[in-house]
Amino acid sequence: MNQRHSLAFCLLAATLSGAQAVEFNQPQLNKSAIFFVSKQMNVPVEGQFKSFRSRLAFDPAKPAAAKAELDIDLASIDAGSKDANDEVASKAWFDTKAFPVAKFVSTSFKPLGGNRYEVAGRMTIKGRTLDLTTPVTLRQEGNTATFEGSLVLKRADYGIGEGMWADFGTVANEVQVKFRLVAAAAATAK
Amino acid sequence: MNPLPGAKPTVGTSYSVMAIALHWLIAIAIFGSFAVGLYMADLPLSPQKLKLYSWHKWAGVTIFLFVLVRLGWRLSHRPPEPPAGMPAWQGKVAGATHVLLYVLMIAIPLSGWLMSSAKGFQTVWFGVLPLPDLLAKNEGLGKLLEEVHELLNWSMAALVVAHLGAALKHHFMDRDDVLTRMLPFLRNPAPENMK
Repeated sequence: MNQRHSLAFCLLAATLSGAQAVEFNQPQLNKSAIFFVSKQMNVPVEGQFKSFRSRLAFDPAKPAAAKAELDIDLASIDAGSKDANDEVASKAWFDTKAFPVAKFVSTSFKPLGGNRYEVAGRMTIKGRTLDLTTPVTLRQEGNTATFEGSLVLKRADYGIGEGMWADFGTVANEVQVKFRLVAAAAATAK
Repeated sequence: MNPLPGAKPTVGTSYSVMAIALHWLIAIAIFGSFAVGLYMADLPLSPQKLKLYSWHKWAGVTIFLFVLVRLGWRLSHRPPEPPAGMPAWQGKVAGATHVLLYVLMIAIPLSGWLMSSAKGFQTVWFGVLPLPDLLAKNEGLGKLLEEVHELLNWSMAALVVAHLGAALKHHFMDRDDVLTRMLPFLRNPAPENMK
């Protein structure tokens, strides 16, 4: 074993032993973002949710025990234009008066090898709760971890865009969601 | 608008079939898009509105391409001479009007494309071919370009009214062939109507 390998081994051993276990559990919301791309008449239109809160507990040494929760304030949507923002708050879309928050609660973190994970959980929008899985990539830089992922939601599954908007010919059913969640670590003595 | 040197003179006193076809095709398309544009802008948001906006944008791109073909044709084919005896100033005004109409036929679709980019709605021709966004999303610039697009359109509407008025004046008052060489089927073979 050369010197570099032995150093790596020591670090690995230290991590596995939990002597200096780190847990990323301090969400940095100002560095995090939730974007989405909808297609209107086949034109991709970008949007985002500006206000959300998350709770996270992720220890790289014990990924299977990780937990994540996300609350998204639906009224904070930027759907591309003022007209669109007013429209998507209405009953046919998010009905934000009755259902102000969309909620994601993780049920499992599955390591896929390397820095990739598959996160499963339950997504609740507009009173409907459905199972969801998304690939997540972890980037660790010093004291912070960045979780990024991208998934496709079908708006009709949650009753988003009903009535005259139900036809997918104008606004597609598939909505691409991209997220970046940054969390800082708090060292836990064990 | 002067044709390029070496442009083929059009035989006879009529425009070429190609020039006539492009003139009327583009005229009808512009009337249609203008009407749709005027109607759609104030609609409340609905799937119908999104469809109309897309159709209007597809029409704009299509008109732009036809205008390029027409401009190429116009620069390479000499139009018929003005009727004998027409005052020189009328020829100058007519020429200037035609140049301005060409400028607007190019500038209006371009302003619409830029406006779409600035408002963050890309133009995807017939829902298939995405046009590059020449400007990044910028709300203030989008509003400004909307006003530019509107102003250019009303300028064109005024010029079209003048263009139409002049054609009718030539036909009914001067009784020359200025209108019929763009509308040959109106040509009356009776000798008293021919000059």
